[in-house]
Amino acid sequence: MNLYPVRAIYMAEIARVRRTLLQSIVSPVISTSLYFVVFGAAIGSRISEVDGISYGAFIVPGLIMLMLLTQSVSNASFGIFFPKFSGSIYELLSAPISYLEIVIGYVGAAASKSILLGLIILATASLFVPLHIEHPFWMLLFLVLTAVTFSMLGFIIGIWADGFEKLQLVPLLIITPLTFLGGSFYSIDMLPPFWQGVTLFNPVVYLVSGFRWSFYGISDVSIGASVAMIALFLAVCLATIAWIFSTGYRLKP
Amino acid sequence: MNDPIIRINGLTKTYDGGFEALKRVDLDIQRGEIFALLGPNGAGKTTLISVICGLVSPSAGTVSVAGHDIISEYRAARAHIGLVPQELTNEAFETVWNTVSFSRGLFGKPPDPAHIEKVLRALTLWDKRNNRLMTLSGGMKRRVLIAKALSHEPRVLFLDEPTAGVDVALRREMWDVVRRLREDGVTIILTTHYIEEAEEMADRIGVINYGKLVLVEEKTALIQKLGRKQLTLQLHTPLAQVPEGLAPFDLALADEGSTLVYTYDAAAREEGEHGIAALLSALKTANIRIKDLHTRQSSLEDIFVDLIKERA
Ligand SMILES: Nc1ncnc2c1ncn2[C@@H]1O[C@H](COP(=O)(O)OP(=O)(O)OP(=O)(O)O)[C@@H](O)[C@H]1O
Ligand SMILES: [Mg+2]
Repeated sequence: MNLYPVRAIYMAEIARVRRTLLQSIVSPVISTSLYFVVFGAAIGSRISEVDGISYGAFIVPGLIMLMLLTQSVSNASFGIFFPKFSGSIYELLSAPISYLEIVIGYVGAAASKSILLGLIILATASLFVPLHIEHPFWMLLFLVLTAVTFSMLGFIIGIWADGFEKLQLVPLLIITPLTFLGGSFYSIDMLPPFWQGVTLFNPVVYLVSGFRWSFYGISDVSIGASVAMIALFLAVCLATIAWIFSTGYRLKP
Repeated sequence: MNDPIIRINGLTKTYDGGFEALKRVDLDIQRGEIFALLGPNGAGKTTLISVICGLVSPSAGTVSVAGHDIISEYRAARAHIGLVPQELTNEAFETVWNTVSFSRGLFGKPPDPAHIEKVLRALTLWDKRNNRLMTLSGGMKRRVLIAKALSHEPRVLFLDEPTAGVDVALRREMWDVVRRLREDGVTIILTTHYIEEAEEMADRIGVINYGKLVLVEEKTALIQKLGRKQLTLQLHTPLAQVPEGLAPFDLALADEGSTLVYTYDAAAREEGEHGIAALLSALKTANIRIKDLHTRQSSLEDIFVDLIKERA
């Protein structure tokens, strides 16, 4: 492992992010605020409490997860798609570096940005509802692991996509529904039993549940299952990326 | 160390869809030489370079760089290589300085602002170092690609049509840069469609056509071996036909008999019997008076065109 290429990729990606920092922070902050106004204030006033927590506070972890997942996927997918699209990826492919160094650079930068965003949203949320974090260490761990894992998923999507449509379609068609159906805005035991069963196949349920547990000490599924699920997902993404670089899939003719 | 720096054995590339872009190419590149790869559009020049640099997977055959296999020891092999691609590709929003420094880091080298400055100055990019790439002209962008490739001090430099779209003065400057690199011991492989560039720069020339390496030769030997000379004689009085006394010479009449063209092998010019001196004295004997004369040596371009025509 050579740290110079990792640093070069990481710094270049951070520089790219910084050029568009304002828009990339302002838009999630605005949309999160909107969620709070609509779900927290308008609807939340009719829902008394979920699991003994005010509805506005209940949705905070889910909202952060929603932003974390969509931002991680879109940052990382764009980060690798763009050089592929512009052709400047030739340099990456001809450099004496391993796929691990490439992934650490790109995924690290994308994850850094989403973690920063997650923290900003957390701060925004605290303006609307009184926040309480029971397990701050676990909260940060979930935040980091989720950002890294979904940045990897985004990285894979960026390599797989051969056009801008596909780049936008996957987050829209897969990530957003999975998050909405993943218990961001409700506790899954509010669902009919059949749908509760179906939901357990949604990996996002485990992330949101674990994350919410770190805030309020309540969860839909066991915390062990949440951690195991992230670890499994991380391993699958890493294996997929290893396979991509060993076969040159969508990278080398 | 007389081992070739690049060793290509039986290299074949079949693209998805079945197109065979390289057909069992064998080639050794010597340390420190300038090797020019010529060939018409679609011949396989870029494909060959791309396989060596790791952008395209080979279908069969092996390549080693400085003794390291490009696949099993790709790190060691690629650390030697700098690549200037044919297509202009740039991160439009980056500055010249940042993008060139990025390349150095990407190739695992510690930062060295003094080296980057040297490279930028050599390519007359120093004044533009804080410009974003999108504000540069096409020729400047190409020089940035060269600077990126030189940023990590490669021992082997691939230049895929480095002077396409570069103005005449700058082309000469680039040739100087390439020569200086060679003096520093860098091996250079370049492709070009400007034959005079190969003629001016190269030590050896390879010609590739339909994915086959059809010829590899020392440049001077090539010109000598295949080059032909022509002596054109302007006659005082037009001739109806070549006089019989001149039959041993390869002569042709042109311009309605007022010009006599003598074609001869550059290699055979010393041979007294059919040399120029012999021809001139034969003309005198035949009582043919000459107004003017000039000679012309066929260029690499003629040779190249002939070669491609022959093998097509
Ligand atoms: N990714 C690809 N998939 C399929 N065929 C390809 C691919 N890249 C190149 N080819 C084909 O391989 C052949 C050789 O292409 P290559 O780019 O190596 O030519 P070249 O000698 O560099 O030509 P030029 O002088 O135009 O740059 C061409 O027929 C081209 O169409
Ligand atoms: Mg080419």
